[in-house]
Amino acid sequence: MVLDVAQIREDFPIFQRTIRENMRLIYLDSGATSQKPNSVIDAEMNFYRRKNAAAHRGVHQLAEEATDVYEEARSIVAKFLGADSDEIIFTKSATESLNLLAYSFGSAEPGNRFHLNVNDRIVVTEMEHHANLIPWQQLSKRTGAELSWFSVDDSGRLDLSNIDSVINAQTKIVAITHQSNVLGTINPLGAIVARAHEVGAVVILDACQSVPHMKVDVDSLGIDFLAFSGHKSLGPTGVGILWGHAELLAELPPFLFGGSMIESVTMTDATWAPAPRKFEAGVPNMAQAVGLGAALEYLTNVGLENIHEHEILLTARLIKGLQQIPDVSIFGPTDLEMRGGVVAFAVKNIHPHDVGQFLDNQGIAVRTGHHCAWPLNRKLGVTATTRASIYLYNDEADIDALIEGVLGAQEYFGSR
Amino acid sequence: MKLDNLYQEVILDHYKRPEHKGLSAKSDVQVHHINPSCGDEITLHLSLNDGALEISWDGVGCSISMASASMMAGLLHGKTVEEATPIVESFLSLMQSKGTQAGDEMILEDAVAFAGVSKYPARIKCALLGWMAFKDAAVQVQGK
Repeated sequence: MVLDVAQIREDFPIFQRTIRENMRLIYLDSGATSQKPNSVIDAEMNFYRRKNAAAHRGVHQLAEEATDVYEEARSIVAKFLGADSDEIIFTKSATESLNLLAYSFGSAEPGNRFHLNVNDRIVVTEMEHHANLIPWQQLSKRTGAELSWFSVDDSGRLDLSNIDSVINAQTKIVAITHQSNVLGTINPLGAIVARAHEVGAVVILDACQSVPHMKVDVDSLGIDFLAFSGHKSLGPTGVGILWGHAELLAELPPFLFGGSMIESVTMTDATWAPAPRKFEAGVPNMAQAVGLGAALEYLTNVGLENIHEHEILLTARLIKGLQQIPDVSIFGPTDLEMRGGVVAFAVKNIHPHDVGQFLDNQGIAVRTGHHCAWPLNRKLGVTATTRASIYLYNDEADIDALIEGVLGAQEYFGSR
Repeated sequence: MKLDNLYQEVILDHYKRPEHKGLSAKSDVQVHHINPSCGDEITLHLSLNDGALEISWDGVGCSISMASASMMAGLLHGKTVEEATPIVESFLSLMQSKGTQAGDEMILEDAVAFAGVSKYPARIKCALLGWMAFKDAAVQVQGK
């Protein structure tokens, strides 16, 4: 093992509890949300205990200290992504980050590089989470810009054979997931980024499933915007990140208006503070931002390379185990190249809800349903799947318990 | 094993051999209900023949949703709307009981097997899918 999982679990208090009839918690649903280490819970709590005041408002000591820790969290996020602090915007979620972009693009006036009309195109993929599909679909409806997308092939990879016609000269936005939350596929960004930039489009990366699990450096990826969520990265709920290149953020109109995002205000007009504050109206989720800072420090201390390697070893074990069970089919790549620790599967003649319920009875938490990627499910020809997602606190015993659990479900429901 | 409280034998039987499944060619009313959290779907045909309900349905979903739809159809087919209403209300009340009711076997017959489902909040919507579709269709069929 690359990681000392027993020691890591000591840091996560939730593993001290049991599930149902005194079963050990086997948490394989980190793709939905991750568990939290003590350092994160403490950081969030200590903000309220020791530092609580409105950041960027007031000259009193508490306001200064609240501002300090909030801004320190911003620089931790920046360092984590290889970005500048001024390029990091705190939102309430990755969903909000993506909606912020869609609404800001939608309000860009003619002449602004982000302005969209019927002559423009927005490109997504068939494997997007609803959070990186619906904002663009609806922006397309509002502006008249055409929505186009890359298909998913039978192996669960993007079909990029028609890249030059999908990303055509009219394309202004390419919004794509880094790693599919259903298939586990990690998308190759090189060709997409190159083609997008060739036609003057910006690339928006939904990194919710990648940033928590592998080293993501915004510079080397060459992308323009990136969103990820705090709660999938060991951090608290209620905090998400939007990163954008400084010169793009400077030109992008704000989305939410209110306190702290302004430069000057009269009764009839207002001007905006520079980014990131232009995009952070209202008193921010300070405690959650500080908690996210602690989470990213925890991940850095364990090492993202170690975490990814650990997850890939467990993914290999899981795929191999599932492949050995008759009547189980895996959706997504079964090779480990460009793949993360998310495995969706179907058990013939047993609905995913029933698989999930049986596993729950064994203390095993998995996700069942369409995983907020309904169009992808339609493409795969299923209404729902069962999904196991792996993180740094999982070990071989967890994987083996899941395999045993699937066999047990087949026996229980008499499907074989 | 506690799981057996949820998956009673009679539920699994209905799942494997559903009643009134397969849509009739014609109907007074057709409704389509979806459980957006999981994608389970049901289509229900309802007609009134001399005041008697004629029910047929089709759908995809888990054992709980499909068995519940099957039992609903079996219980309500041939009854009048007036006879069906208290049965539906009794089932809805059982599902909201959080495990505190056993269900009235005189009214619900085999459907009391779903009492265990009411202890699993995530599954109550599964059990209700067919019944809510019926409720919707019954209102429409009376308006015809």
